Amino acid sequence: MPDTIPFPSAQVRFGSSSGQPLTRRDGFLKVTGAATFAADNHPENLLHAVVAVSTIARGRVVSLDVEAAKAHPGVVEVITPANCPPLALDPDEKHGLFGFRFDALQNDRVRYAKQPIALVLAETLEAATEGTRLLAPVYETEPARIGFDNGEPYAPATVGVGGAPDFDRGDLAAGLAAAAHLVDTEYETPAQYHNAMEPHAIVAEWDGDTLTIDTPNQAIVLSRAAYAAFFGIPPENVYLRSPFLGGGFGSKAILAGPQILCIRAARMLQRPVKLALPRDQMFGPVGHRGATRQRLRLATDAEGRLTALEHHAVATTSSFDEFIEPAANASHNLYASPAISTRHGAVRVDTGTPGPMRAPGEASGSAALECALDEAAAAIGIDPLEMRLRNYAETDPATGRPFSAKALRECYAQGAERFGWAGRPLAPRQMTDDAGRLVGWGMGSALFPAPMFQAEARATLRADGTALVETAAADMGQGAWTALAQIAADSLGLDIEQVEFRSGTSDLPDGGVAGGSGHTATAGSALHNAGTDAIAKLAEIAVNDPASPLFGAGNAGVEAREGRLWHREDETRSEGYGDILARSGMESLEGSGTGGRDPADAEARAMFSHGAVFAEVKVDPDLGQVLVTRLVGAFAAGRIINPKLARSQLYGGMIWGLSFALHEEAIHDRRTGRPVNADLAGYHIPVHADIPAMEALLIDEDDRYVNVLGIKGVGEIGITGTVGAIANAIWHATGVRVRRYPIRIEDLIG
Amino acid sequence: MNLFDYVRPASVAEAVAAASKPGAAYFAGGTNLLDLMKTGALTPGKLVDITRLPGLDRIETLSEGGMRIGAMVRNADLARAPDFAAAYPAVAEALLSGASAQLRNAATVGGNLMQRTRCAYLADPASVCNRRDPGAGCDALEGENRTHAVLGWSDACIATHPSDFCVPLVAFDAVVEIEGPEGRREMPLEEFYLLPGETPEHESVLAGGELITGLRLPPEAADFRARSRYLKLRERTSFAFALVSAAAALQIEDGTIGKARLALGGVAARPWRARSAEALLRGAEPTAESFARAAEAALADAKPSGDNAFKIELARRVVTRAFLLAAAGTPESVPALPASVFSSDTGVSIHA
Repeated sequence: MPDTIPFPSAQVRFGSSSGQPLTRRDGFLKVTGAATFAADNHPENLLHAVVAVSTIARGRVVSLDVEAAKAHPGVVEVITPANCPPLALDPDEKHGLFGFRFDALQNDRVRYAKQPIALVLAETLEAATEGTRLLAPVYETEPARIGFDNGEPYAPATVGVGGAPDFDRGDLAAGLAAAAHLVDTEYETPAQYHNAMEPHAIVAEWDGDTLTIDTPNQAIVLSRAAYAAFFGIPPENVYLRSPFLGGGFGSKAILAGPQILCIRAARMLQRPVKLALPRDQMFGPVGHRGATRQRLRLATDAEGRLTALEHHAVATTSSFDEFIEPAANASHNLYASPAISTRHGAVRVDTGTPGPMRAPGEASGSAALECALDEAAAAIGIDPLEMRLRNYAETDPATGRPFSAKALRECYAQGAERFGWAGRPLAPRQMTDDAGRLVGWGMGSALFPAPMFQAEARATLRADGTALVETAAADMGQGAWTALAQIAADSLGLDIEQVEFRSGTSDLPDGGVAGGSGHTATAGSALHNAGTDAIAKLAEIAVNDPASPLFGAGNAGVEAREGRLWHREDETRSEGYGDILARSGMESLEGSGTGGRDPADAEARAMFSHGAVFAEVKVDPDLGQVLVTRLVGAFAAGRIINPKLARSQLYGGMIWGLSFALHEEAIHDRRTGRPVNADLAGYHIPVHADIPAMEALLIDEDDRYVNVLGIKGVGEIGITGTVGAIANAIWHATGVRVRRYPIRIEDLIG
Repeated sequence: MNLFDYVRPASVAEAVAAASKPGAAYFAGGTNLLDLMKTGALTPGKLVDITRLPGLDRIETLSEGGMRIGAMVRNADLARAPDFAAAYPAVAEALLSGASAQLRNAATVGGNLMQRTRCAYLADPASVCNRRDPGAGCDALEGENRTHAVLGWSDACIATHPSDFCVPLVAFDAVVEIEGPEGRREMPLEEFYLLPGETPEHESVLAGGELITGLRLPPEAADFRARSRYLKLRERTSFAFALVSAAAALQIEDGTIGKARLALGGVAARPWRARSAEALLRGAEPTAESFARAAEAALADAKPSGDNAFKIELARRVVTRAFLLAAAGTPESVPALPASVFSSDTGVSIHA
């Protein structure tokens, strides 16, 4: 060995792909319909499954007319608790951190409306659908518990995914006592359902003890093991394909009853089975965001600096499992306060179990916190942006640790400049447009953690000078096929067109979870490390080969670009990858890498993306109708791999925020517990005409601690800040402070 | 699948004969019927496909004045027919404010008249609904009823008629043409719809087998074309039903209102003509005060049927605004956001 300097310290090179606004590589497939989503698969001999779901929210199924359903032409089998073979694991037990209890016909109990109570298999979708109707279930009904005041309150042991329900730092009582101003306010957020455009769909096929499933999934390799466990087979016996997801929003990372039932049926009947949930069944067994009630007390000194921040949140969960929307945690890391105290409570209601959805906790908590801060600014008489600057956290308020990087001040400055915030009148109801509509400006701070999970990747240099890179990443529409390929190409010093990127199937190295806004950071780091490893091995061969022009350069003495290794100090000495491999008689050369965070870095620093969102709304003064007319966000999220895709994700997040503020709410009948708006005509999300001109400014941020690539995430941060910015703008336009989402016409007509 | 007969008659007479048996339903655009069949709320034994009947897809100017519109004319085609939009701009605006572009391309004039309430309890077979199952009860009465009726409702049914199109039609005295086993008849659209009373299952006067073949707008309706608007309050800018809407039209001479027309949508089981308000405006000055008085009159009999008291005050304000917009004059062309309070008719860009 000529020297011992380890890779990659001298080798890291951020090349020409990263940073480029490449158009998504799967775009053509998608617009032409050639992209194969799960339900597009039609294996030979396919059976169609339709789930029969309960119309009551609590009780038990007394009888089902199985005979009538089976007598229907085309119906092949009806699976009910009476004939459903048990699973290898009990679905009423908790299995792992992301394991939720689910309903897979283990008994006749009903715990929420739209719960599976039978599965009908037929030769056609129509026959299976009619079969479910012929079951004519008879129930023993118990009163449904719907809404905060009818549910069963309790103190949860954990919130979110394994988080602590309570947090205290500093002396709350002293902070409250020292206050010159106190804002004591309550906000409510409704139950919301993920409603990805693509429903939860699955095609399952068994061959002996091996299982192939096509199903959209945000955690491909992790899920492979989870599915395998429920059927008593080793993980490697499951082949899960999820090349494209039509959105997930958190609902496709978790196993749910319908998918398990479909796999169960395929095994029972020894035929491939397809199941795609109709829209209304997405309002039951596949998760949602629980409703919250939040009380905040903000104590400030005379200048508006927080002396205490108290945030209590109560969230709904199901009667049989829990996911507590960790809303109060939104107050941990954003604003400096000598005393911070947060608490979570829970209420059990008769709905399906909530789960992670579009910034779980961060979104609902921000929706309350940003408004409460605005209330405080108004009480003190200072500008909302000034209020936020006076409470700027130089270190993490929850831990006192330094931030790995924090360019929030630049976000405020550039966002405000772009929006034209200066000159905003302090008092509400001061601005109108030429048509007499009320105009209001509001803002909110955006914050989202920059987590990393675990991922693995493989990079193979091939004799023809091209490369194959592999990791089981998940493209939910965010652009993983493109951004991850950009990272991989750079790690190999190759043009992106020379890199074959395989992803989206469970036989590949574990790409980790597409969730928590950590996918690009995690899978990207693994790909980067794999590519770097392959180049290191190649360099090792070259510099030790007397026939190579790079002989003797030392492994730190070469760099990789344009498909060649180059001598660092002598441009005349270089060699193509293929030539190096050919001379050493190798067909290919494989490198591997993992993505994950150094625990020491994670302990030492607080890692977050930050942003600022500015909103303009117009409100009809008599009729209360609201239109958001401008949204400007400025976000600092570390290094941006693909600015076009990143902006698209930020726009998407901001639109989620608009949807949260003005549209989304699942309404359950208070007597029966059935959702009354379980379709996209009734469960409103915004239409194009509701979406204003939007801007998402990408603020430069060099974060040397989050990971080797400096990547944070942009998937979810856009929803935080935006909800509050819009609500604050509505207050500024009208003088009416609405403390319940979504904000409606009747709230504003006074 | 649930078996039903499907027939495609070649003439109106054949269609009427085919649909005269109980359990038959006419199939046109299918935008509402098929949804209700999918939920199981409706289970017709026979679909009579009228999409290929000859002669029902015409828009004609009548020699005696007015226009006749065939029942199978698609909403989008009618709204974009230049002569029609010029004569009845509020009707065109209402059409374009309804549903989505895709639905308007499929939905028909006759089907729009026949669409069912969007009360969630009608569409949910697990709920009781007197319209679906006479005498069963009304789950909306004590249920989620924020958007329900404030006029003309009964304890048997508090649902609203969902149409936008029908609101200005009622204001302009449109006439429905019907063919049936007993022959042909016609009547004003307003009288076509029945209020729920004790028999909400009877939503219209149509008897078994009767088919809407067309509707006519009388010549006088076009006399309002210079000052007629449709205004629709809704919870998103497209693809949402009206919380409250109003079609308002005026004839103004020498600063005084001659004739006025007003109908409201989203407030009752039928598009709600408000003749008392029209009468109040005759001879009045076209001012906000006059219009507010008219609005008071229009809602004089309103009462909440549930968590919807706000709709009464909202309806008053919508009426007042709709008249103000009408008084200001019909815009040159249908605004980019039809019937929206944010339509850019005043020249102000909605998005700065």
